[in-house]
Amino acid sequence: MLAFIARRLIATIPVILFVAVFVFMLLRLTPGDPAAIIAGDNATADQVDAIRAKLGLDEPLLTQFMIWSGRVLSGDFGESFFFKKTVAELISQRIEPTLMLSLCTIVLAVLVAVPVGVLAASRQGGWVDRIVMGFSVMGFSVPTFVIGYLLIYVFAIVLGWLPVQGYRRISEGFGDFIIRLIMPSVTLAVIYVALISRITRASVIETLGEDYIRTARAKGLPGRVVLLRHALRNAAVPIITVIGIGIALLIGGVVITESVYNIPGLGRLTVDAVLARDFPVIQIVIMMFSFVFVLINLIIDLAYSVLDPRIRY
Amino acid sequence: MAIVTTSLKRVAAAGVLAAFISSGAAAQTLRVVQHGNLTILDPIWTTAYVTRNHGYLIYDTLFSTDGNYEIKPQMVDKWSVSQDKLTWSFTLRDGLEWHDGQPVTSEDCVASLKRWAARDAMGLKLWDFVKELKTVDAKTFELVLKEPYGLVLESLGKPSSQVPFMMPKRIAETSPTEQIKSQIGSGPFIYKTDESKPGEKHVYVKNPKYKPRAEPASGLAGGKVVKLDRVELVEMPDTQVQANALIAGEIDIVEAPPHDLLPMLKAEKNIVLDDWNPLGHQFIIRFNHVVKPFDNPKIRLAALYAINQEDYLKATVGNAAYYKTCAAVFICGTPFATDKGGDILLKSNFEKSKELLKEAGYDGTPIVVMQSTTLPILTNTAPVTKSLLERGGFKVDMQSMDWQTLVSRRTKKDPADKGGWNILHTYSVSADVLNPISTSYLVAAGDKGWFGWPTDPEMEKLRDAFAKETDPAKQKALAEKVQLRALETAQYGWIGQWYGPGAHRSNIKGWLKAPVPVFWNIEKTGS
Repeated sequence: MLAFIARRLIATIPVILFVAVFVFMLLRLTPGDPAAIIAGDNATADQVDAIRAKLGLDEPLLTQFMIWSGRVLSGDFGESFFFKKTVAELISQRIEPTLMLSLCTIVLAVLVAVPVGVLAASRQGGWVDRIVMGFSVMGFSVPTFVIGYLLIYVFAIVLGWLPVQGYRRISEGFGDFIIRLIMPSVTLAVIYVALISRITRASVIETLGEDYIRTARAKGLPGRVVLLRHALRNAAVPIITVIGIGIALLIGGVVITESVYNIPGLGRLTVDAVLARDFPVIQIVIMMFSFVFVLINLIIDLAYSVLDPRIRY
Repeated sequence: MAIVTTSLKRVAAAGVLAAFISSGAAAQTLRVVQHGNLTILDPIWTTAYVTRNHGYLIYDTLFSTDGNYEIKPQMVDKWSVSQDKLTWSFTLRDGLEWHDGQPVTSEDCVASLKRWAARDAMGLKLWDFVKELKTVDAKTFELVLKEPYGLVLESLGKPSSQVPFMMPKRIAETSPTEQIKSQIGSGPFIYKTDESKPGEKHVYVKNPKYKPRAEPASGLAGGKVVKLDRVELVEMPDTQVQANALIAGEIDIVEAPPHDLLPMLKAEKNIVLDDWNPLGHQFIIRFNHVVKPFDNPKIRLAALYAINQEDYLKATVGNAAYYKTCAAVFICGTPFATDKGGDILLKSNFEKSKELLKEAGYDGTPIVVMQSTTLPILTNTAPVTKSLLERGGFKVDMQSMDWQTLVSRRTKKDPADKGGWNILHTYSVSADVLNPISTSYLVAAGDKGWFGWPTDPEMEKLRDAFAKETDPAKQKALAEKVQLRALETAQYGWIGQWYGPGAHRSNIKGWLKAPVPVFWNIEKTGS
């Protein structure tokens, strides 16, 4: 097992390297000049040139890449062109909102979707099943930002129960923190509830048709025990897979949700950095996201062997 | 009864949640959303308007422009000019202090002016005439000129971007090509570096030692009396979120809500729309003079004959309450405004356009018009240009891109079909285009000028003559000649004035009318 983990971690190195080269080149080839953006609208071409030289953007591409990769390898992630803060500092400031939003979303999604999916499977073809699947289709179909604006209108503008936007760190008080995460988490969780509940339902239905389930029933085990201890556990591998993929996909969802709810997390940082062509920030954030993606896949693979003793690495 | 019960439940729920959320900040905190994110904190280094706004919060100026566009002393107590108009002497007010408690000295001001003059267009022009800038004593300094210059006070008291803000000498000695690293001014607010989080909010607190002038506040001049404890510039890029947050009372001011949200905000009883910048903005159509076919003045003139302001304003702003046509390059209603010659911009003359194109031998080369799709106020300008120029006999290739790509591409001097461009649109805060020197689009010195790089020695002569002239009547006559020359050579087109009111909660009072959103004089009543 340890050898497997080591092999997988080593395998992340070429992935990250590829991402680094790809993102670096892509950004340089994309139209847009950070120097012109920094200089402002009334700046002259000379002022823009001076800023470009100052940022080292007038160097050949290869030189720029060598300088940047050398710094990254030595642990220096560089400095944002705009904020005049190190990228590491910016990420450390922005990571908490994104982590908390992702955590609340996935916990909420799993807590709702798995029981609902199991319930739908156990009532296959009944009205509960139809309602759950109906909501699931809706959850897939409605874009995240529409759900966001709808929730804001109802719960913040009309009812005034929840704040429209913003984020408070846990250190500023748990009440302030959690109240501002309710709507963003629900908004983001909707699609994952839809996804996980469908997979859970399908997987459990398939398992319920297995011989060992019939045997368990024949032994006289109560339906609840059969469903939860035998069917759900054996149906868990695809469910865990989809939860893992969901966590990875959260990265994309977080970008939109953070914009709709004005949450200063990594998603907004990425959008702002892309719009401003803040190369050092974009490069490191994307590399970090790809590392997280690889790591989540590794954790999922490891979870398989815990859930299914037949799987061994 | 059911309705009453439901309402009671809602009230109770709201009460519980309200209690759950702590009030956070005191009533005297003003939360403002600007038109863009504040990322650069050096108002001399960049021309970005959000950075200028930050500058007005923490720095002070020697002179300022008041509500009647007159220059008034601000940090300066008294000043004099010699008979020969070559030596200007300035003495600072008593009791001026930097935020770190050190006194403001003439040495600080000299260093600040030198750094500003190395960056700003008006500063550069002024410095062409400066022989020496020297301190006389701790509070007095002198500006000695080589020859009389008509815009000394106008330069020192200029409003809008790259304002000559005063900084401590040690900060002002930062190279003009480097950003300053410390945020210490002598202005009415103190920047809280420890509480500010870029991308989230910037925090300013009242400067308790600030000594406002005795005169009432007017425009950017007069007494900067702070009636708040704290100002937070909240970063909120999404305009719909801005509107929702304002309606919910989570923020107090939105500086520039888009025009399409104004009817919704107007309908809210707790929201007031406030035309804080009565000068408004001016749309610009800019030609690239260094590539074909707009290296030919006749073809540029043909383009001016084809366009008309009303079409642009209808397509971009829509509501006539927020725009007006204006033939003057220097903003209607301001001292140097004149209608002379500007009528060609008010009504399209497609026949004349076609005639000029024929005379110029236009070969049908497509005109590359860059369209910005990410700045809503500019998005519709390019399609209007395309339509009007095509009716005037041009072939047009409109290319859509985000604003960041546009500002990058506009620096290129390559032919339009090889990654360059022929036409771009932008807009200017009107306060930046009030005279021939501050209007960067009028610079006709080739590479030293704004993108499009026009070269016209005659225009430069007129601008120089204006700069040297000290008689306001003669200045006015020269400004008129500048406008006529700009039209004769079709240097660029001014394609209408528009206004964008801010929106604030009804408990906010005293927002001053000025070309810059300033937060002294503002009161916030209740919570």
